Amino acid sequence: MLVEALVVSALLFVIGTFGVLVRRNAIIMFLCIELQLNAANLSFVALSRHLGIDGQIFVFFVMTVAAAEAAVGLAIIISIFRHYQTVNVDNFNLLKW
Amino acid sequence: MELDFSTQAHLFWALLPELLLAAGGMVVLLAGVWKGGDREPEEAGWLGAWALTAILVAALANGWLYGVSEVGATSVVAVDSFRLFANWIFLLGAALTIVASFAYVERQRLQVGEFYALILFATVGMMFMGGTRDLILIFLGIETMSVAAYVLTAYNRRDRKSAEAGLKYFLLGAFSTGFLLYGIALAYGATGTTNLVEMAASIEAGAGLSGLLVAALGLLAVGFAFKVAAVPFHMWTPDVYEGAPAPATAYMAAAVKAASFVAFARVFLVAFEGLYTSWFPIFWWLAALTMVVANLIALSQSNVKRMLAYSSVAHGGYLLVGLSAANEMATGGLLFYLLVYTFMTIGAFGVLMIVSNQSEERLQVEDYAGLGWRHPVLGVVFTIFLLSLAGFPGTGGFMGKIFLLQGAAEAHLWTLAIILVLATVVSYFYYLRVSWYMWMRPAPEGSSTEGRGGPFGMNVALIATAGILLFLGVFPGSILDLALAGAESLFPAGPGLAGTAP
Repeated sequence: MLVEALVVSALLFVIGTFGVLVRRNAIIMFLCIELQLNAANLSFVALSRHLGIDGQIFVFFVMTVAAAEAAVGLAIIISIFRHYQTVNVDNFNLLKW
Repeated sequence: MELDFSTQAHLFWALLPELLLAAGGMVVLLAGVWKGGDREPEEAGWLGAWALTAILVAALANGWLYGVSEVGATSVVAVDSFRLFANWIFLLGAALTIVASFAYVERQRLQVGEFYALILFATVGMMFMGGTRDLILIFLGIETMSVAAYVLTAYNRRDRKSAEAGLKYFLLGAFSTGFLLYGIALAYGATGTTNLVEMAASIEAGAGLSGLLVAALGLLAVGFAFKVAAVPFHMWTPDVYEGAPAPATAYMAAAVKAASFVAFARVFLVAFEGLYTSWFPIFWWLAALTMVVANLIALSQSNVKRMLAYSSVAHGGYLLVGLSAANEMATGGLLFYLLVYTFMTIGAFGVLMIVSNQSEERLQVEDYAGLGWRHPVLGVVFTIFLLSLAGFPGTGGFMGKIFLLQGAAEAHLWTLAIILVLATVVSYFYYLRVSWYMWMRPAPEGSSTEGRGGPFGMNVALIATAGILLFLGVFPGSILDLALAGAESLFPAGPGLAGTAP
């Protein structure tokens, strides 16, 4: 079971990473980052079956942090949408990437 | 007082500076929203004074912790001099940023209460990063700091650049957090613990590298390299530093970077001490690339704010030399350098804020023409900051580089030491170009009324900061001893990993 769970979480992580690198919509990029965090969460839960409770506790913290990050991140996306009327990161070019 | 963490109260005492600062931040936040829309200038001053008071109280608690000892060296909250020295850096960085931002937030009509509260909360996150031996708390500290820093970057809602910088910082910061977190998960899987000291013991007992551990090391290195803006993970830095409001940039360039380095050092030097030969090459290349690339790009910048952003990346490279050396001298040098670096970076950004009229204009190097003769005090302190950033003998920046080089020499990292010296020589060109414009070029016609001096408090802070830099350049001894004591507390077993470099 452990190996399967770790493989799935690795796959999720890779999908999330590619999503951030390939997609240009800020909200989709943010969702891909959430996918990465949840890949790590899956690993934690799977590993904590063997290693004790620490991993599951960590997952609670990660979920809390992800919620805080979502609040701030979506606020930032709204504030930039007000300036540009778009959330496509290719259109934000005042600063060179 | 002795703490053995047998009761909750011990945890409370060990976390006293953090708790006091967090409480102070909440008070400032509440006081800021209390009055709603009408913001009087003197109210902004009051909130700033409250924030500074909170920092002072936390600093007193931090000083008090020097008299406290802990039992054992595995507790979640570390009470060692490494943490306490790092706390001085963060508190100083926050205090200097707040002093430097008074006129800026007033002129830009930013919400002062939240601005100062966010700085305080970010500082609490940093103190957790430096002061814990558990990856859970390091992760929480990083996120507390980062989330506050995202908001600070995007703080000026009327400014497109600020929003754009905020989005870039947020996306890439969260992306790097993903790497960091996955690395932590794999390290937990490989060693069965999130405590750094127990992790080191487990690696020692398990003797060697499993596949999981290799992946964990790589992911953690990538995540931290993003956070400290090491080349090739630095792409976000110049954009974010250029777009963010200047006080936020100063704070990020100084304190956020310092906190990332402190956490970086503790994780790799404590938990992965036994795997030094595996991670050493990664650090070597990161350090070399960062020093060379960042200094070369900085040469071609004409915008001073962007030049300072690249300079901050370049300084990350010098600090990575200290991490690659991984011995007591280099780690002490790292701490000393971070302290000096905080002074000179925030000082330089403070002058930049005055020259650009507390806004985001007049940032080109030509705008500095004749500044030295029109505002001699400003010109002299800015020259001192630039010389210190460049590492000119007689300034704190020079001593910091000497200590880093000494650490590198003890670890026989000759190539890196040579690159550091050459990179420093290159950096003279772009730092001194600004000085040259200030003193050697006449001010353009009709601009003599522009560019007022800074407010009184800020001038005092700038002069004091420049004075401290000169003092540290001549008498670094006592501060270095403190930094070395901090480094020593990281390496309880022996003189560190010196000499084990391949």
